[in-house]
Amino acid sequence: MNWLPSVFRRGKLYDDLSEEIRLHIEERVEQLMGQGMSREEAEREARRAFGSRTVLEERSREVWQWLSVESIGGDIRFAVRQLRRSPGFAIAAILTLALAIGANSVVFGVLNALFLRPLNVPHPQSLYTLERGGYKEQATSYPDYLDLRDRNRAFDALTGYILVPVGLDTGKNPSQVWGYEVTGNYFDALDIHPFLGRFFHEADEHGPNSAPYLVISYAYWHSQFQEDRTVVGRVVLVNKHPFTILGVAPPEFSGTLLFFFPDFWAPMVQQEQIQGLKVLDSRGDRDIFMVLGHVKPGMTPAQAIADLNSVGSYLEKSYPKTDAYMTYTLARPSLVGDMLGPAVKGFLTGMMLLAGLILLAACANLGSLFAARAADRSREVALRLALGATRKRVLRGVFTEALLISLAGGAWGLFGSIAVLGQLSGWYPVPQYPMHVPVYADAKVYAAALLLALVSGFLFGAVPVRQILRTNPYEVVKAGAAGILAGGGGRRVTLRDVLLVAQIAMCAVLVTSSLVAVRGLVRSMNSNFGFNPRNAMLASTSLRMAGYSDDTMPGMQRRMIEAVEKLPGVRSVGLVSQIPLGGGGATQDVFTDETEDLRTAKAAANVQVFQISPDYLRAAQTSLLAGRSFSWHDDINAPRVAVVNAFLARKIFGSVPNAVGRYFKLENGTRVQVAGVVEDGKYYQLTEDPRPAIFLPFLQSTPNQMCLVVRSDRDTEQLAAEVRSSLRDLDPSLPLTILTWVQGLNVALFPARVATVALGVLGTMGAMLSITGIFGMAAYSVSKRLRELGIRVALGAQRREVLEAALGRAVRLLSIGSIAGLVLGLLAAKVLASIVYQATPRDPLVLAGVVLAMALLGLVATWIPAQRALSVNPLALLREE
Amino acid sequence: MENSARDLFPGALEMMILQSLRRQPAHGYALVQHIQQRSNSLLQVEEGSLYPALQRLLKAKLVKAEWGVSSTNRRVRTYQITPAGLRHLEQQISSFERMFEGISLVLDPGKSTAS
Repeated sequence: MNWLPSVFRRGKLYDDLSEEIRLHIEERVEQLMGQGMSREEAEREARRAFGSRTVLEERSREVWQWLSVESIGGDIRFAVRQLRRSPGFAIAAILTLALAIGANSVVFGVLNALFLRPLNVPHPQSLYTLERGGYKEQATSYPDYLDLRDRNRAFDALTGYILVPVGLDTGKNPSQVWGYEVTGNYFDALDIHPFLGRFFHEADEHGPNSAPYLVISYAYWHSQFQEDRTVVGRVVLVNKHPFTILGVAPPEFSGTLLFFFPDFWAPMVQQEQIQGLKVLDSRGDRDIFMVLGHVKPGMTPAQAIADLNSVGSYLEKSYPKTDAYMTYTLARPSLVGDMLGPAVKGFLTGMMLLAGLILLAACANLGSLFAARAADRSREVALRLALGATRKRVLRGVFTEALLISLAGGAWGLFGSIAVLGQLSGWYPVPQYPMHVPVYADAKVYAAALLLALVSGFLFGAVPVRQILRTNPYEVVKAGAAGILAGGGGRRVTLRDVLLVAQIAMCAVLVTSSLVAVRGLVRSMNSNFGFNPRNAMLASTSLRMAGYSDDTMPGMQRRMIEAVEKLPGVRSVGLVSQIPLGGGGATQDVFTDETEDLRTAKAAANVQVFQISPDYLRAAQTSLLAGRSFSWHDDINAPRVAVVNAFLARKIFGSVPNAVGRYFKLENGTRVQVAGVVEDGKYYQLTEDPRPAIFLPFLQSTPNQMCLVVRSDRDTEQLAAEVRSSLRDLDPSLPLTILTWVQGLNVALFPARVATVALGVLGTMGAMLSITGIFGMAAYSVSKRLRELGIRVALGAQRREVLEAALGRAVRLLSIGSIAGLVLGLLAAKVLASIVYQATPRDPLVLAGVVLAMALLGLVATWIPAQRALSVNPLALLREE
Repeated sequence: MENSARDLFPGALEMMILQSLRRQPAHGYALVQHIQQRSNSLLQVEEGSLYPALQRLLKAKLVKAEWGVSSTNRRVRTYQITPAGLRHLEQQISSFERMFEGISLVLDPGKSTAS
């Protein structure tokens, strides 16, 4: 079709048409005058026969309009003019939508980044991680891994990795960096190719410590080596052992987790040098963090699971001492499978739902604004209808206005959400770990925002449709604006009322749940963790990284404790292998003294294990319930002893006092005597149920990592500097991280904090929307009933009665909505309890807070309309008419 | 009251315009007059329907238009049927006749199909 020239010809076409019609009328007039009419009469007659010339021309033009783009252009110009005439309305509407759509795009952006965007590896859809047993554990021992790798027939290749910190000395400043310790086939199994140099392969490994190679990440290469290409082949020191840099990973590859950004990859056969462990041949030490691989093409996950289970039952039969519950399931590796995936997904789905509700509330709000506006403009609409506009055309105008507002709101919302997502992406929630979540907006986020904008535009644009369709031009023109309202101001429950109640209820849900979350968070900060994080510093280091061996370590640790103890103002110093609630921890099986068969299936408990120095319990302020703590005499030459927590004491020995002096067995069969019993604590997560734990003297069981707990009342910053310098005096190459213990709890409090902030933001938005919603309704009802109120005042109504008449409805709706929302919110809080420790809805403060917040909200929203209703001047009003 | 051309079945107005233009080219005003006369004033063509119809025909290239001067010395835009318009008209007339015949049969089933 040659439509293009017709676009350019169009102007001429229209001119021709107007000219033609003008001439037609002229001819008709002349003819009528020929029949004896006067010129005036003839002209009137000719025009009457023609009808509305504008309509005619418009209809004739429509024939030519290509997809009626032009008439839409006309609609847009008209809508812009209308909106310009009421800028307050336009700005309020756009802002409301921008906030609501922005919130949605932010939540969607995070959801998109974590769940909709696959890992940046080739064929991510067939990549699975192995989970074992009912607890869906991912940890695997190296011998088990080798069996799984070689005996399975379902995977192209199985690879595994461990997250490890090392002291890396590139010749300048030795510092602690995090990386992956991987099986030799890692890069080949994932089909990743080097950006620079080469990667290591399975063939490079010839047993323990045979492959001292390092692959560094692009980011580390960029920041530490300024993209120096000669870095390939350079020898650097990892925990004081020489490693050769083989190559640089491509910039888009950052390991197989979505939120953890390693600086390097090293072969797992170097475990002794990197982790200071020799467990490559120990089937019971499940040291590999995750095993993953691509399921072969044509294999279903169910077939792969069946294949893995057959390997599992082989392992159970062959190694009954160490391998039990060897049934497998598959999960996605990006969020550590079922460890984080379902929780994060559940939380984000909930957030998405809330954000969606906020958007619906915003639409309800704008819908009632539009309806009010349509009622105010009913005269104009009626006039346009009377002058020959079709209802379709009027509706098109309304929808154009709605879509203009929603698109503008969507654009601003998207703009804001891109900024927020950018901030979130650059946020390292836990400073100790290279963890952050890149949640940059992509095409999917843009598309979602656009879709939401269009849908909400149609939603709130549709609210006044019925009103316009029912407009009877003659009635309106006859009776004036007041006339049509006579029918609509009755006591009926309208759609608008329902929308408003729903919106207020939702706001109350949000307010309730954010208050529950905040209270829970505050309470969990002040609750008993089994230690006291206030007024304590943590200094973590790894002597292994600094090149110490099992023989030299205990002496150095003792010197470190003594050096810090000498600092002024320090009350006590304790050493612990892993700080509780620090985001990690070791567990092992323990057995009753009578058990001979030391298989996992026969274990009395799986306990959290901490290696501690004599003063740790005092420094951490963990109370001793019975027996004694350790002393410096509990060393390698003394009988093996342990301190257990009350939970374990009750579990194995029946009661706390009963436990002291009794024996139990460790995983390797060592008999250990209980020296003391301490209170229960939180070890892994704030929301965990009480669980068993044991404390072993560090002189009898050397820890891999260590953290000094320094209790002091001094200013933390100054103390931190002194601790650092006193430890560096002992050994300048020690990699050190010094934090307050409260900062150290960041990992444990992270989910609760995120939930609280997110709920708080959404709650605030919900509250703002409710305020504008109630305000809109109250203001509208006051302005429409101003005359009636004036008459009432003139007839002697009291202030109370005037207020009752003006705002009664708004207040009633507010109360209904609040009560409904409170009940729903309390129900929702049960779900919250799994994220925020000690979140309980049965809290008078929360209940009072919700009621107060909603009342305050009502007061704010109705203040201005109430003032207006009270200040009504009957004389002035009556004069106006 | 006379019938308005708008009340006829869709396409009737276009058909009548094309038929009129087949006899001789004409401008809008003349077309109104012509149809009215030919139908003995039974059909009244509204200008409000005529011009959109003419635009449709123009767009479909069934007629073409030219500015010129009429026999009464007025500036007019004269419409002329195109070969495509002629073909279209023939089709329309034959299908209209078949339809008319069908309608007559339904309205007066006694009468045989003597055409």
